[in-house]
Amino acid sequence: MASDCPLKLSKNLLRMKFMQRGLDAEVKKQLEEEEKRIISDEHWYLDLPELKAKESFIIEERSFVPCEDLRFGRMSFKGFNPEVEKLMQLMNAHNRNEDEDEEEDFSRMETDITDEEMANRYVSLVESMKRKFARKRERSAIQEEEEVSKEIGPTKKAFLKPQD
Amino acid sequence: MPWKNAHVFSPSTFYVDRVCYTKILPQETPGNCIMRVPLDNKADKVICGPGLRRNGDEVLVCKSGILRHKPPNLYWIDSIQKRYVPAKGESVIGIVTVKSGDVFKVDVGGSEQASLSYLAFEGATKRNRPNVQVGDLVYAQFTIANKDMEPELVCIDSCGRANGMGVFGADGLLFKVSLGLVRRLLAPQSDIVKDLEKTFPFEMVVGMNGRVWVRARTAQQTLIVANLLESCENMTTQQRQALFRRVADRVT
Repeated sequence: MASDCPLKLSKNLLRMKFMQRGLDAEVKKQLEEEEKRIISDEHWYLDLPELKAKESFIIEERSFVPCEDLRFGRMSFKGFNPEVEKLMQLMNAHNRNEDEDEEEDFSRMETDITDEEMANRYVSLVESMKRKFARKRERSAIQEEEEVSKEIGPTKKAFLKPQD
Repeated sequence: MPWKNAHVFSPSTFYVDRVCYTKILPQETPGNCIMRVPLDNKADKVICGPGLRRNGDEVLVCKSGILRHKPPNLYWIDSIQKRYVPAKGESVIGIVTVKSGDVFKVDVGGSEQASLSYLAFEGATKRNRPNVQVGDLVYAQFTIANKDMEPELVCIDSCGRANGMGVFGADGLLFKVSLGLVRRLLAPQSDIVKDLEKTFPFEMVVGMNGRVWVRARTAQQTLIVANLLESCENMTTQQRQALFRRVADRVT
């Protein structure tokens, strides 16, 4: 065994992790690059010239719907089916963007609560959920925070919405 | 009418030339119909609708009819047809024929039956299957419809909402009309619909495949509406209005 002067280790052995811990970063990078090159050489590729789809200025359209601006197919008249009548307004309003202002007022009137109220409600909901799932110590920490913030905030006597 | 009419012409080629700015009416030379289209810089693309085909850089006419133009850049051929060819994005009435595993086969009146997955309904999951039986009517939209693949239908839009699509048709009557009448019914300012809504309350579902479903309060009214629609095809405006007036008088 002692006569084996330069110990010849195989390449695979040298590539193993425990043999590379003592190497420099540069040598490591070189080894990685070699590995990548070997792997990509093994991939197959087609030896064809690049075929580019020609950009044509003519677009084909098979349906009649955009040509003649056809309306929604379900229709109801004289209040026979109120759901379908609501659908008609919704779907046909999509296509017609001329009277946009009128439609905006329409949609505003129909909502029961405004967007700001919705946002406030959502914020309080997040808080209550956080409290619900917080652990005991965190819960007391949160309660202290709330008390502090309440003291700082302006006290206003107004109807408080119930927080569940 | 917002559409520009051109002469009726038979299937032949017509060339769309980007550079020229004058409009020449189609010449009736056999095999060659040359029409030059004014193209502004903003409307760089030309959209050819039904009846027109692209052939490299040329546009070929493949149906006979009237050439229509919708500014800025949409052209199509207005033709009469009875047989429906599925096209992507169109809403049709289909009849469920086969219920097999995960997929329903739906007859839309085309060359082959379309497939409709049971997950393509609003609120449908693997556990919560939609209540669809063989013989039901569905109002659905095509997601895939070309000559190489089997057409596919869905009953929801891209956000997952039904938007009026799905199974319908408890009571009511389904009948077939020509495709031209369907387009006239669905046009934005349709005279037929305006006259019809004055008669009596009813509801109607119109599929682009030529199928119309109608329901009114009584069976007699349903039949009256169905007959009116079927006869609208071959009547002039005055005849139609006279007929509708007669019906309205008899009902009230």
